[in-house]
Amino acid sequence: MLSSPFITRPLTVDRIMLRVLYALLPGITLYVWYFGPAILVSIALAVTAALATEALMLKLRDRPVRPFLADYSALLTGVLIALSIPPLAPWWLPVVGTAFAIAVAKHLYGGLGSNPFNPAMIGYAVLIISFPQEMTQWLSPQGMGHSVLTYGDQLRYVFSGVLPVGMQLDALTMSTPLDTMKTQLHLGMPMSDIRDLPIYGRLAGKGSEMVAAGFALGGIYLLIARIIPWQLPLAFLGTLFALSGIFNLIDPAHYAPPLFHWFSGAAMIGAFFILTDPITSPTTAKGRIAFGIGAGLLTFLIRAYGGFPDGVAFATILMNMCVPLIDAWTQPRIFGKKKGSER
Amino acid sequence: MTRLHSFHGGIHPLTHKKESTQSPIISAPLPAQLIVPFRQHAGDAAKPVVQVGERVLKGQLIGEPVGMISSSIHAPTSGTITAIELQQIAHPSALPDLCATLVPDGLDEWGVRQPLNYRQLSSDELQKHLRRCGIVGLGGAAFPSDMKLSHPVVVDTLVINGAECEPYITCDDMLMRERAEGIVRGIEILRHALGTDAVLIGIEDNKPQAIAAMQRAVDDSSHPFKVVTVPTLYPGGSAKHLIKVLTGVEVPSGKLPTDVGVQCFNVATAYAAHRAVEHGEPLVSRVVTVTGNVEQPRNYEALIGTPFSDLVALSVAKPDTNRYIMGGPMMGVELPAVNVPLVKASNCVIAASDALFPPPPAPMPCIRCTRCAQVCPVELQPQDLFWFAQSHNFGKAQEFDLFDCIECGACAYVCPSSIPLVQYYRYAKSEIRARDLEKRAADLARERHEFRQFRIEREKQEKAERLAQKERAAAEAKAAAATVIATPVDPTADADDTQQMRIDAALARAKEQAAAATPKNTEALTPEQRAEIEAIEARRAHIHELAADAGADDEPPKHSQGN
Repeated sequence: MLSSPFITRPLTVDRIMLRVLYALLPGITLYVWYFGPAILVSIALAVTAALATEALMLKLRDRPVRPFLADYSALLTGVLIALSIPPLAPWWLPVVGTAFAIAVAKHLYGGLGSNPFNPAMIGYAVLIISFPQEMTQWLSPQGMGHSVLTYGDQLRYVFSGVLPVGMQLDALTMSTPLDTMKTQLHLGMPMSDIRDLPIYGRLAGKGSEMVAAGFALGGIYLLIARIIPWQLPLAFLGTLFALSGIFNLIDPAHYAPPLFHWFSGAAMIGAFFILTDPITSPTTAKGRIAFGIGAGLLTFLIRAYGGFPDGVAFATILMNMCVPLIDAWTQPRIFGKKKGSER
Repeated sequence: MTRLHSFHGGIHPLTHKKESTQSPIISAPLPAQLIVPFRQHAGDAAKPVVQVGERVLKGQLIGEPVGMISSSIHAPTSGTITAIELQQIAHPSALPDLCATLVPDGLDEWGVRQPLNYRQLSSDELQKHLRRCGIVGLGGAAFPSDMKLSHPVVVDTLVINGAECEPYITCDDMLMRERAEGIVRGIEILRHALGTDAVLIGIEDNKPQAIAAMQRAVDDSSHPFKVVTVPTLYPGGSAKHLIKVLTGVEVPSGKLPTDVGVQCFNVATAYAAHRAVEHGEPLVSRVVTVTGNVEQPRNYEALIGTPFSDLVALSVAKPDTNRYIMGGPMMGVELPAVNVPLVKASNCVIAASDALFPPPPAPMPCIRCTRCAQVCPVELQPQDLFWFAQSHNFGKAQEFDLFDCIECGACAYVCPSSIPLVQYYRYAKSEIRARDLEKRAADLARERHEFRQFRIEREKQEKAERLAQKERAAAEAKAAAATVIATPVDPTADADDTQQMRIDAALARAKEQAAAATPKNTEALTPEQRAEIEAIEARRAHIHELAADAGADDEPPKHSQGN
């Protein structure tokens, strides 16, 4: 016999995930526009690896395969990993990263809903620690490199590692705008000169700033559709903005301006698509603000002083660890109980 | 205009109220037989006061209240009691309960009805009358109304609940549309019994006709009641939430509305109070909505005890109907069978089919999206409670205020993973209650055992002490006896040591007393006195000797004396 309530009208998990995937489309479109179709290959590889690993793990764990594959959560993890690694990376890079994310970060911790760490960020962290060389060969925007790869050339390179005759990989790739800035600052170049380098555009990296804007657009859709809570992106971007703004005001020669931080690296995709993973973020409104502030702070610290070019992934993972504590400390009062009454 | 307040969360399910408000309330025909449970209210079941085979009149008392929280049960029509036995009732457990079966004689003949003038009655007398008339809360909880009128603290606001926030249910809506005057009179009786000044009647804004009718009735009555339109938001009809919306006062967790000076009654309860006081009619019928998968959804005035199957037959259930729900779709219960009887708490019966209420998809894991927390009217963290309930971490669930959950179902309504959250909370609550009971029983048993151990130990100790004392005394006595009288006691000669010991002790005490008494006042005696005493002692000793001789051959002289 069923018990009440007898009616439900949920926005089901699969529909939530699907909307998040839709929200990634503007960013991906701009990605292809500026950097060519190699990213689509990466996405296809990562998604295939994600679904295959998910199915395998579900089988091994003796769980029903079909409903979990149909919830799009593994698919989303794959897409996010593909978007966080260089598009010209060899085919096995997204495959290994995604397989690790799904098998270890997700299923070994109990599968959907039980993983303490954001699987996509764990996948990214594993790759950047294990394969730093491959992880830093970012494609320069179309027309910006010394020569141009055709779509066919991109595909051939991904799968066979063979470039058209006479082309050098170094000529096609570059380090990320964040990385370049860090290196040049280290070499003593002042910020104003760095910003004049050809890889930089209006706000941040040429091309990549537009991709970030595309992700921000999708993020705003998610906010309006109430798929993600507003506290997380606001607290994260606000903290990043405030910190970089203060440092930039004090020492503009050595610290990038706030908008550079916003539109560089994984800040936008992190704010709207990574930190907002409900499973690995706090459940209370106050907790989400604390989480966003912490992630913003760590991202800025890693970017400004750390060894890695971008800090979003490690900031996310570190803050994921704090979620149970944040949740425990930020329990809201309930109806008919005074604030701060015994719990 | 009253300033409205709001509460956290809530949902807007489709109301489906139009279907059953198209036609007026009609009286359901007299059923072939009525099954009247003796427990239709919160608290103790009523005690049967009629015999099988007895003819009863409509409104005749057939069950009298037992204990503080209880209510009266009356014959809903005239007829013959054919059985008093356990029968299936409208409870999801499908456990039977004591019911009277009444076969109507078709006359519907009232017994004695005694209309009263409430103005001449004290609150106490009104409470007694309502208890006699079996008036209980008709909103669903069926709490005896007299209990809600007896309160130790000052109540300054009476809230009348006409919100009817659950989808499908329209019995209060129709009652307000058609019998607003009676409701207002009932409200005035309740207000009089409570001694309050302010009366707020809260009605959700999806019932404009009911609001208009109530406003008209209030205006006509010239009572200073306020009809307040509240926004439609489930579960806005929960008493504590309606009180919050109307007064801004939050009833503290674990407290009653009266603790903050507010009392709340349902509109149908007010109407029943009016019938009971001004017409002398006990609660023998109520308005019930029959809706859902039926051809003619509508409201019936039906006698308590009418089988639901009769009502459903009147409205003609569609062929694909496969179950029935008593109450609304959010908090109702599935009937174990459709022939169970209507009770005082039955506000609605919904014929359900898989097309109307599709079975939910298989639950998926919780993704902590907190959509449940966003709609929870109690501001709980349902995703945490679910986690604790699922992992049998009941202590933690309690710590996270599980028992403040009102089981409104808003969380389950929005859950993207289709988790039957309310079922988990009910399970956790019942487990905790069962464990509490077990623990209490175990505590009691342990206390008893510990006390018994303690008592045994204490008795042992006392005995040992007594023994030790006696031994000491005996030793002293022996020592004394050995010197004074040459009659040593052989302890082995006596079977009972303690007996012997007691005798010894007594002897010793006597000796001691004698020893203590003898030297008394003999210190400072004159030689004359001493000589006198010695003379007396000598005489006494002589008498003793004579007596001892007589005692030796005691029998013959006694015999001779007897003859």
